[in-house]
Amino acid sequence: VLAAALLGTAVGLVFFFAPVDADQGISQKIFYIHVPCALTAYACFAWGAWKAYVHLWKRTPGADMESYVAIHQGVIFGALTLLTGSIWAKASWGHWWVWSSRQLVLFLVLFLFYAAYFMLRSSIEPGPARANLSAVYAIFGVALIPVSFLAIRLAEDFVHPVVFKRSGPAMTGSMFLTFCVAWAGVLALAAAFYHVELAGKRLDARVRELRELLR
Amino acid sequence: MSGGDYLAAAYLVFLLVILVYVAIIGLKLARLDRDLTSLVEFARRRSETASPTQEEREESRVG
Repeated sequence: VLAAALLGTAVGLVFFFAPVDADQGISQKIFYIHVPCALTAYACFAWGAWKAYVHLWKRTPGADMESYVAIHQGVIFGALTLLTGSIWAKASWGHWWVWSSRQLVLFLVLFLFYAAYFMLRSSIEPGPARANLSAVYAIFGVALIPVSFLAIRLAEDFVHPVVFKRSGPAMTGSMFLTFCVAWAGVLALAAAFYHVELAGKRLDARVRELRELLR
Repeated sequence: MSGGDYLAAAYLVFLLVILVYVAIIGLKLARLDRDLTSLVEFARRRSETASPTQEEREESRVG
């Protein structure tokens, strides 16, 4: 409910409150969905790595499943980042993808790294070995997040715009408010999906256990 | 295509991906519901065949 309310408010703010960018025109409004999706994907990957660390450190039951679901959410929002970013790139630069841009390629590497996480999991029999290997993989992947984030600032090609600088966000107050509401909405949506998917996975595990017991 | 078309395309892609995800989760939950219903039916049938009836229990108590 919170996610729906925040996203509804964000869409209203994007189309009726936030001003049209003087440089890029109306296509700049893709920013309000593209950047929140990217930041949410980073947050999901970081949460997945944290849960993987908890699994390895404390052996908390269910931490492996929580890590898996968080990374799944991260891949979904990562795919949304790539899709919306590609549409924005076509509108602004005239190309769907620019291979010379390091930050785009690094985000793609991060996305593919976590997409391969599912291939790793599916190739190993369920059990402690799979949980441990998946956790180590998830923790290694999180190192790519600061690299991907900093690449936008360190890149020399200046194709990808830098909005958040040391001096503060390079946008008007109304644009920043719209962005914050949109990001809160996307984060709330990811949190809702995380809890629903996790509840489904736990229920599935219990149904399997029950089936084994009844045999 | 104009900037407005690209903007609409980006928001529609977002909506479509979210709807596909919700549909997949809905299908999985429906499958779980079916599995759980069949397990409950199976457990009920098994308890009916395994446990003695009320009359049988009373007979064994008297006898």
